[in-house]
Amino acid sequence: MYQRDNSIGKGKDWILIWLYVIIVIIGLVCIFSVEYKSNDDFFRSLFAFKKTYSKQFLFFGISLVLATFILLTDSKFFTATPNLLYIIGILLMMATFVVGKNVNGSKSWIPLGFMNLQPVELCKIFTALALAKYLARNDTDFTKPRSQLIAAGIAFLPIVFSILQNETGLALVYFSFLLPMYREGLPPGYLISGASLGVLLVVTLLFPPKTLIIALSVIAGITIYFMKRKIKRNKGLLVVILGIWLAATLFVGVAVPFLFRHVFQKYQADRIFSMVGRDNPFVDASTATITAPEPTAKAGKDDKENYNVKQSKIAIGSGGFFGKGFLKGTQTQGDFVPEQNTDFIFTSVGENFGFVGCFILMLLYFGLMLRIVYIAERQRSTFSRVYAYSVVGILFFHISINICMTIGLAPVIGITLPFMSYGGSSLLTFTILLFILIRLDADRQMVLR
Amino acid sequence: MSVFNQSRKNVIRLILISMFLIIIIRLLSLQVATSKYKILAEDQGVFRKVIYPDRGIVFDRNHKAILQNTIIYDLMVVPAKIKGTDTATLCNILQIDTAEFRKRIITAIIKNKSYRPSVFEALLSEEKMAKLNENMFRFAPGYYLQERPVRDYPYDAGGNILGYLSEVDTNFLKSHKDEGYMIGDYAGKTGMERTYEKVLMGQRGIEFWKRDNKNRLTERLENGMYDTIAIAGQNMYTSIDIELQELGEKLMENKLGSIVAVDPKTGGILCMVSSPTYKPKYLTGADRKKHYSNLLLDPALPLFNRSVTATYSPGSTFKTLQALVGLHEGVITTDFRVACSGAFYGCGGGKPMKCLDRGVFDLRGAITISDNTYFATVMQKVIANPAYPNQDSSLRKWDNYMYAFGLGHKLGIDVPSEKPGNIPTPAYYDKVHGKGKWNYCNFRSVSIGQGEVNVTPIQVANEMAYIANKGWYIIPHLVDSIDGGDKFGMLEKFKKKHNAIDIPDSVFEAVHDGMQGVVDHGTGVAAKVPGIAICGKTGTVENYIGLVKQPNHAFFCGFAPRENPKIAIMCVVENSGRFGGTYAAPIVGLMIEKYLKDSIAGKERKAKLEQLSKLNLIPPRIFRETQRRDSLAHAKDSAYLIAKGYIKMIKDTMGMDASDEEDALDQMKKEKELTKKEQKKTPDSTGTRNAPAGILPDEKKKPLKEPVDTTG
Repeated sequence: MYQRDNSIGKGKDWILIWLYVIIVIIGLVCIFSVEYKSNDDFFRSLFAFKKTYSKQFLFFGISLVLATFILLTDSKFFTATPNLLYIIGILLMMATFVVGKNVNGSKSWIPLGFMNLQPVELCKIFTALALAKYLARNDTDFTKPRSQLIAAGIAFLPIVFSILQNETGLALVYFSFLLPMYREGLPPGYLISGASLGVLLVVTLLFPPKTLIIALSVIAGITIYFMKRKIKRNKGLLVVILGIWLAATLFVGVAVPFLFRHVFQKYQADRIFSMVGRDNPFVDASTATITAPEPTAKAGKDDKENYNVKQSKIAIGSGGFFGKGFLKGTQTQGDFVPEQNTDFIFTSVGENFGFVGCFILMLLYFGLMLRIVYIAERQRSTFSRVYAYSVVGILFFHISINICMTIGLAPVIGITLPFMSYGGSSLLTFTILLFILIRLDADRQMVLR
Repeated sequence: MSVFNQSRKNVIRLILISMFLIIIIRLLSLQVATSKYKILAEDQGVFRKVIYPDRGIVFDRNHKAILQNTIIYDLMVVPAKIKGTDTATLCNILQIDTAEFRKRIITAIIKNKSYRPSVFEALLSEEKMAKLNENMFRFAPGYYLQERPVRDYPYDAGGNILGYLSEVDTNFLKSHKDEGYMIGDYAGKTGMERTYEKVLMGQRGIEFWKRDNKNRLTERLENGMYDTIAIAGQNMYTSIDIELQELGEKLMENKLGSIVAVDPKTGGILCMVSSPTYKPKYLTGADRKKHYSNLLLDPALPLFNRSVTATYSPGSTFKTLQALVGLHEGVITTDFRVACSGAFYGCGGGKPMKCLDRGVFDLRGAITISDNTYFATVMQKVIANPAYPNQDSSLRKWDNYMYAFGLGHKLGIDVPSEKPGNIPTPAYYDKVHGKGKWNYCNFRSVSIGQGEVNVTPIQVANEMAYIANKGWYIIPHLVDSIDGGDKFGMLEKFKKKHNAIDIPDSVFEAVHDGMQGVVDHGTGVAAKVPGIAICGKTGTVENYIGLVKQPNHAFFCGFAPRENPKIAIMCVVENSGRFGGTYAAPIVGLMIEKYLKDSIAGKERKAKLEQLSKLNLIPPRIFRETQRRDSLAHAKDSAYLIAKGYIKMIKDTMGMDASDEEDALDQMKKEKELTKKEQKKTPDSTGTRNAPAGILPDEKKKPLKEPVDTTG
């Protein structure tokens, strides 16, 4: 059945490859627009590899070479080695505690001379492969809780190390492995309750409790109305819905305010709110008396994060419908948005190319993800399918959280925008992640284990 | 198994698509629905930089620059970069202590943050600049010098004409709403700088710059596509003869008063001296505020442009005009004679109007010896002229003559703060005495230029031009032409001849005869210049402050040469005592000589010049007031408040409208504190401090006991 391809292009999903290339090039253009000043000598600095855009250009080159290698590798390599790679990944993460380099307060980098490697990024690939390997095993019955527990163990083990490295944002990414597990039969309750708890937490930060309680009641009412018949047959359902409604309302109306008023110190609460670019709404007379003197360093950081989101919103919002034009963004050129070439790269799209540019970029990203879903479903082997859904999960988490944080819909947790953010570690990781999928997909006629 | 869960792919797709929609809706609301972020972005990302063009240069009649631009330097500091510089040397050069140094650095950081430049010391004096320049390498890169264009006065004369610039205040901004001024801008406050502000200012340019997150300007927005280019102010050519002006200021040293000279043919002002004056350099550049407060508080009012703002009774100089009226009305002829037996008795009893030389005079003789009785009689005849039905109409007729001569109204000259003077009208007398209850005898002293009539020096000079031209004048003005054209039509009114009443030349000839007689053998022989036929008229003006009689003002006015006159001039020396011929006439003589012959010839004349220049005629009341002011400044707590009232008084007197008074007060306060400190440091000091010298060196301030009569 399996025949070795003579040409590297045969059987490869070119749509995916082109989407990848286009997005990376858009990323390069954006990094260029952030860094470039009108008096720079473009060609000289491009090949001097001193500027971020020229470095990113270099990383793109390396990525293409690496992608070619991956496409030339026998796909059996990926099915044979996951366990080993996973162990290596975990060891690398442990190694950071010994040889780690401190970058921006997190000790998660291993210096390699020409670049810094972040094992937690690389480990995503290994985890995806290991999860796929485990779920594809003949003797794994994913309906059994034991299997579910082992799968969760594989997926969530890196979180422990990541949190220890003070990289909470990257740790959260591993929750995206819930997506392939859901696809493979994990009861939807886990996904729904997990997701809704997350959403509820974020919306409590974004909106005042009164609005939320009204919204929740409306949602509950609508649910009851549409489920009238089911409820008639099963009274317990009504109790469940009302129970959920009551729990959510209590969470929003009582638990969260209580938490912010009495459990958290004022600076902690401020910091959490500043992550979404809002001022702490729970400041009132009652807290004023309890608040401990504010540690200035913390306050400085709050201001900074609040500032990030505000500047990011200003940059994107000022782009308008058509944008200000390439290299004409005053906010981008004035370095108003901090970390603009990494976590906040989307702001330069928003400012330079406006709503139209953002819309097109979103089409590309979501097109890419839907294409992977399509590819996943055409796989004959569980291994490839699980791996593909892992890729979708990781991409989805990164893209939606990153963009939501630039437009003030999610807390700033410091994760990159795949394929666009500056940084070798991020670009190489996502390239490898994607091209392994393309390689596996090329052999979709085979049943890989 | 996979078949079993196949439907879940749709759930996953749904999740993807809903997230896509959430993001797109949010983007729509951020980017399309509101322009809030656009405005925010422009506020922080774009800087509108105003480019100030060079102000126009002013030239005198010989094309010498009398007002131009120069550069002085501000010492700038970037607090973030000053580590390791030699602070001690810097403090030494700037003469500040470390406490002051710290204070300034902290202020700079508070104002502009530590990575942006702030002014450390503005407008460095030449001395400090010289020392700094040598040592600048020690202070780099934390400190640097920044150019700032300021006005420069190459001749150090004519401060009252040229005027000065000062920061615009809210009133100015309100009245010049649409002219693009902003807080912190400078605009002409007095003199030519004010009148020709529009011309001299030029057109401001605006550059749009991109600004970065630290508020530093990075580059032009769109390569300057939206910028407007600054256009330099227009240069102006004036009729001023700067050397004549200098001579005038020299002659008027140690005197209160004014000299105004006009070219009768063009109306161009040749010089306009107001004494005491100030060095125009005092009000530009370093120490401006200190000088300003001293000048403002000087009781001799150096900031007050006497030439156009002070009003005096014209005294006997008015008689020439009465002669014109009398002759043209036909109430007298040149041969009309009046006998003076010691006083004017035309009104019967009461206080008689004295005449000095007894005898019988015709018109020429009466002008020459300035006979009061003659002109009292002439005006009586004018008022009682049977050609008019009543004295109302005849006085109105007389008023019309005066208006035609340029009196009783603002001339419309291009020097600000011009006063109209006063010519009494029938309505005025109706008000004072009741309708119909007055007659000529109520105001007979008007005939000899006392009483209700008031004129400014410029009006007298203009009146001389009128007589010199035999019946016309052009409104006196400073500016002849503007480089690049008179865009605002400001010079048009200076091209028109004013000759409201047509008086035949023969009438003027008679008056000229009389005036020439004044200089040749009359009351004004002191004005004589060998080889020049000068027509002149003296005036000795009685004046009062309140009801207290003060020493007379000395007046002399005239024109020369008699044929084809080139200069019409007037001089007033306030409270000099004696007669117009004593002090004012020789000054005018020297001025005419300088202008017509280009220099003062001969040892004797030069000696006279020096003698006149040194002559101190400042009335003692000024010194009393100076002392009072100094003691005010001394009075411990109330001084400040009292001074506030004091300044209001000065302001009212000087007719100034916009002001730096607050600054001046602050300056004064500072000085006071300084003095206090000094006094604390040296407890054995006498406690008297040097009075701010104002504008006169101390030794010159002592009044002379008795002025020396130079004319003998």
